[in-house]
Amino acid sequence: MDCYTANWNPLGDSAFYRKYELYSMDWDLKEELRDCLVAAAPYGGPVALLRNPWRKEKAASVRPVLDIYSASGMPLASLLWKSGPVVSLGWSAEEELLCVQEDGAVLVYGLHGDFRRHFSMGNEVLQNRVLDARIFHTEFGSGVAILTGAHRFTLSANVGDLKLRRMPEVPGLQSAPSCWTVLCQDRVAHILLAVGPDLYLLDHAACSAVTPPGLAPGVSSFLQMAVSFTYRHLALFTDTGYIWMGTASLKEKLCEFNCNIRAAPKQMVWCSRPRSKERAVVVAWERRLMVVGDAPESIQFVLDEDSYLVPELDGVRIFSRSTHEFLHEVPAASEEIFKIASMGPGTGVFSKESQKADEYLREIQELGQLTQAVQQCIEAAGHEHQPDMQKSLLRAASFGKCFLDRFPPDSFVRMCQDLRVLNAVRDYHIGIPLTYSQYPCQLTIQVLLDRLVLRRLYPLAIQICEYLRLPEVQGVSRILAHWACYKVQQKDVSDEDVARAINQKLGDTPGVSYSDIAARAYGCGRTELAIKLLEYEPRSGEQVPLLLKMKRSKLALSKAIESGDTDLVFTVLLHLKNELNRGDFFMTLRNQPMALSLYRQFCKHQELETLKDLYNQDDNHQELGSFHIRASYAAEERIEGRVAALQTAADAFYKAKNEFAAKATEDQMRLLRLQRRLEDELGGQFLDLSLHDTVTTLILGGHNKRAEQLARDFRIPDKRLWWLKLTALADLEDWEELEKFSKSKKSPIGYLPFVEICIKQHNKYEAKKYASRVGPEQKVKALLLVGDVAQAADVAIEHRNEAELSLVLSHCTGATDGATADKIQRARAQAQKK
Amino acid sequence: MAFPHRPDAPELPDFSMLKRLARDQLIYLLEQLPGKKDLFIEADLMSPLDRIANVSILKVRSLSLRSCPSFLFEQLCFLVRPRIKNMRYIASLVNADKVAGRTRKYKVIFSPQKFYACEMVLEEEGIYGDVSCDEWAFSLLPLDVDLLSMELPEFFRDYFLEGDQRWINTVAQALHLLSTLYGPFPNCYGIGRCAKMAYELWRKLEEEEDGETKGRRPEIGHIFLLDRDVDFVTALCSQVVYEGLVDDTFRIKCGSVDFGPEVTSSDKSLKVLLNAEDKVFHEIRNEHFSNVFGFLSQKARNLQAQYDRRRGMDIKQMKNFVSQELKGLKQEHRLLSLHIGACESIMKKKTKQDFQELIKTEHALLEGFSIRESTSYIEEHIDRFGSPRFFLPVLRLLCLLSITENGLIPKDYRSLKTQYLQSYGPEHLLTFSNLRRAGLLTEQGPGDTLTAVESKVSKLVTDKAAGKITDAFSSLAKRSNFRAISKKLNLIPRVDGEYDLKVPRDMAYVFSGAYVPLSCRIIEQVLERRSWQGLDEVVRLLNCGDFAFTDMTKEDKASSESLRLILVVFLGGCTFSEISALRFLGREKGYRFIFLTTAVTNSARLMEAMSEVKA
Repeated sequence: MDCYTANWNPLGDSAFYRKYELYSMDWDLKEELRDCLVAAAPYGGPVALLRNPWRKEKAASVRPVLDIYSASGMPLASLLWKSGPVVSLGWSAEEELLCVQEDGAVLVYGLHGDFRRHFSMGNEVLQNRVLDARIFHTEFGSGVAILTGAHRFTLSANVGDLKLRRMPEVPGLQSAPSCWTVLCQDRVAHILLAVGPDLYLLDHAACSAVTPPGLAPGVSSFLQMAVSFTYRHLALFTDTGYIWMGTASLKEKLCEFNCNIRAAPKQMVWCSRPRSKERAVVVAWERRLMVVGDAPESIQFVLDEDSYLVPELDGVRIFSRSTHEFLHEVPAASEEIFKIASMGPGTGVFSKESQKADEYLREIQELGQLTQAVQQCIEAAGHEHQPDMQKSLLRAASFGKCFLDRFPPDSFVRMCQDLRVLNAVRDYHIGIPLTYSQYPCQLTIQVLLDRLVLRRLYPLAIQICEYLRLPEVQGVSRILAHWACYKVQQKDVSDEDVARAINQKLGDTPGVSYSDIAARAYGCGRTELAIKLLEYEPRSGEQVPLLLKMKRSKLALSKAIESGDTDLVFTVLLHLKNELNRGDFFMTLRNQPMALSLYRQFCKHQELETLKDLYNQDDNHQELGSFHIRASYAAEERIEGRVAALQTAADAFYKAKNEFAAKATEDQMRLLRLQRRLEDELGGQFLDLSLHDTVTTLILGGHNKRAEQLARDFRIPDKRLWWLKLTALADLEDWEELEKFSKSKKSPIGYLPFVEICIKQHNKYEAKKYASRVGPEQKVKALLLVGDVAQAADVAIEHRNEAELSLVLSHCTGATDGATADKIQRARAQAQKK
Repeated sequence: MAFPHRPDAPELPDFSMLKRLARDQLIYLLEQLPGKKDLFIEADLMSPLDRIANVSILKVRSLSLRSCPSFLFEQLCFLVRPRIKNMRYIASLVNADKVAGRTRKYKVIFSPQKFYACEMVLEEEGIYGDVSCDEWAFSLLPLDVDLLSMELPEFFRDYFLEGDQRWINTVAQALHLLSTLYGPFPNCYGIGRCAKMAYELWRKLEEEEDGETKGRRPEIGHIFLLDRDVDFVTALCSQVVYEGLVDDTFRIKCGSVDFGPEVTSSDKSLKVLLNAEDKVFHEIRNEHFSNVFGFLSQKARNLQAQYDRRRGMDIKQMKNFVSQELKGLKQEHRLLSLHIGACESIMKKKTKQDFQELIKTEHALLEGFSIRESTSYIEEHIDRFGSPRFFLPVLRLLCLLSITENGLIPKDYRSLKTQYLQSYGPEHLLTFSNLRRAGLLTEQGPGDTLTAVESKVSKLVTDKAAGKITDAFSSLAKRSNFRAISKKLNLIPRVDGEYDLKVPRDMAYVFSGAYVPLSCRIIEQVLERRSWQGLDEVVRLLNCGDFAFTDMTKEDKASSESLRLILVVFLGGCTFSEISALRFLGREKGYRFIFLTTAVTNSARLMEAMSEVKA
């Protein structure tokens, strides 16, 4: 335990700082760091080095080299820099490398040195060149701030959504500021700059001079300034070797320190952790590193090599040509346990291995602090870098846990899980030295997975997902999809192999979108591969947009139809309509009945002419005929037009070998012409009546001759004519004519209808006339209709028909029919006897 | 009367939630357009809307779409079905405004969903940028405790005639909504091409939104999807169950009916809601019409007795009576007199048109007897009732003849059509073309003129033997095969003596004991077997070889109670007779059926959908 705290350095009374090695660097650098432009991403991110950046046109043969390494110094990419001179490098929050060129162009590279895109910081920058640039991170993303040759600042708060803002001028600024930085307050980025003894704050409206409260007198210039990771604190280094530390709002001073070194430091960064009371600043010169805080003494380290500081959320990473170290404040839990002469409960549990363990434990238990002790051990384990130490602490926690009744196990379990993940990604080969405060406290598992995917560490990412039992959609399938997207970019592998490999790995894992992968393949110019991949997409609807994009419209059409989504089919149809000539379009439709009927429906309401063309194309004469029939009464008004439409229809029906329809249509033409003539000659309304109604109207109008002529012309069957006349004459109540008609010849419909119709018109007298002429089968019914129950009974008895007898009997109501009823009963009885 | 449910019959899920959902969504959509606005509501949506929200809730001035628009406000909101003609109408209004130099905000709310074609039209008319579009996913209207309607009558024509599949997705969405609200359906059956497509689309939806329904206990144990074209026959028959008869006579629209002065025995008509809440109606809706009158008069006597109790009462009892019972009695009294009025009116109408004769012919057609006589009966009908208002009933008989006989023999086909055109106008040439395409009215091909022989045979050899011969014959022909199916499924019950309509034995009672509705019989058989096993022949005869499916989940989380709840989905509409028949089946077997239909239909509506009438 003594040796454990050996690297603890106290700062003041309350805090310890320790520095431990993360990696010994693997990168075998030839140059000194100071000869390179360096950028290291926070959260254990990659390091970019641009060698020889300042040799300009003079030695064109020696191009600068851009190298990207992991935090452990494993090379990730290396490329010759062929663009213009670079002023500054920086990493975005998505781990993209932003290279700010002198001409204001910003080139964006991926982690593997793949060029992504570029953007410009505006014309003004182009003219005045870039003097200095900073890449900074806010909650909106990563921003770029630029100081131009004209001593003006231009800023973009989010490079993903580029909006350039030119900051106002600083009055009387003649030379470049001695130092400057970007502050982010109230979600707005400001620039703080120092000119001689003055500080100015630029926001997008104005420039205001500011003075830090409690600043020691005698300052003639500021040499360095540093903002904390969270933009909450600010440190200023003056030419008197005096360091002011306060809030970034410049409203409050935290402390000050005088180091008596007047040389400008190489770097100055904050070193604090979330929720820690202690705040310290790390200042680095060529060979010296100093940690200063609210204490009279500082901690000093000697730097053997040229080093570079990377501020982190909870400490500072320091790397040089040979090592990579981490400097941070010892977390409270560790301090409680390990501090010399510590009385914290955790200490007791941790020392269980000594002989007095039992005694200690009992003591803690009596104090009721065992729960707290166990928790401290768990937490302290999280902050340890060495697995051995993590294990010891966890073992201690687990031992202490045994003496507790109801200690919720999840914090312990979760810590074990988190540490396994952390140890895995800290591994030398992976090289992401995250601390417990960074993951899982700050970064989520999703971000961590994204970073692994970005480094193409798919197997590890999947193992982590499986280990943490993440739902497939969030975990494994997302990673597989990324893997597949990477896979399709491997141009040296054949389409078949790629498709097969992808399908083998992905199978039908839920949440994997084959269409996304196919889109990526198409983006790489591999259309055939994209189509192969789309075959695996189970939702046909998803396949369609990409197929359309790839100009595989016909395939898209069949996929759309498969999906059952008619809107999708319609989208493809319109696409096809514009893409193909009419003939081909119709041919395509012809092979797809579902699409055809959909399009027909649309045409019926919106494009009638197209509908006709469609039928024409298909030689669908039947439908064409129907089309013209409809036109004959819907579209045409003049009689000639209507007849002409009917004629076209009839021709079409003949072609369709539908003689019946053709004949019917021709009849209609004749009828129309005739009706027209009737209207001319007789007046009244005839047009558009059916044949039946035309004849009826004629009879009602007293034009019997013409009616009969019409009946002959159109070969109206006798039966219909009789019904028709009967109804019409009865409606007219022309009883005389009716009687004449009934006697004209033998009725083809019998005489019962005559009886019925008279009764309907309440003319019993006339009805009786016909009742006698009704044939024997219907006689009873007729007699009953005219109310002659007695005679009906006679006939029924004569017929010896049981059904008729009951029918008559059911009509025997009233007193008068009593006799008849008896008669029927007698007849029945007689019939039964026989 | 009204048979009670078995005591162990499961409870129905509460569907009023669907109303609340739809109402809240509509209000939300309307609030998206703050301030005063004119709301245009398409006539077809008026009644469904009326059932879920009264217009005052909407706090807007609403106008019916077809009424002459008189503008008040600077915002116009259209609530429409996604139809192209509506889009054109809206475009004309907007363009007229443009010409007049008025600027206004326009919003189109499509119900139940937006179609791309509609947006296309808006774009073609040049107003796409001027209107904002929204969707009101109101696809399920609970008309009654056990009846959900999508109120999409056009589904039938669009799909079964025009082959337009756009509504299938809507059906799938509706099923998805039901399964999210009421748990997954462990057992699924279906028959018909559309049923299969809707089912597959729905499954896809469920898969995409995995997890939501997983782990929920199913409330409804079975779902059965059925295409209307599997059974046209039932829908074409005259209905004789009270609710069906009211529908046939007065037309029930969206669960309510307008009783005219002849029913209300006053000088104005009255809109009456017909559902389980109407106590009187509830007891007679599923009854054969012949029983209804007797029941109503019994009821009237009971009611009188209730009123008469007043006589012996002291003051306190009287007070009680007036405050508690009198209102209910009066209500019952009112309903009773309405239904009695309706009955009288139906009786009057039905005797006028020789209803008995008609029913006799229908039964003959169903049983396959005296086809010649039936044909001449139809012909006489065409000749006699030449006036256009009779064109539907006759057309229905023609279709019934065609389907039961596997098509008309060519001679009849031609002469009947000629007669028909002479009576009802030449535009019905298109109607015939439609009916032919839908398979409702066809001509026997040279291969299947057998029915001519068959009908002769059936005259010579009665009953059993004829059935067998018929069977043998019709299995050769590839058409509706009704006769063979009828034989296989025993649709025509053997009657020994009088069929007692008061105490029905089987589902045939809904057609006076002459015919068991085919659709209902299929459902009964499949539920009994829990699969299509053993029904292969029937499925083949229905020409649904590839479209009959069963899908059962292995895990048995469903309670026995839920397993007796069955959701029947009719794609293309169902009739009240079918509903009554299945309600009867449910009572017999201890099931409860829930009906989901694209619309409630009947023979007249089917025929209308297939007809071409001059606008």
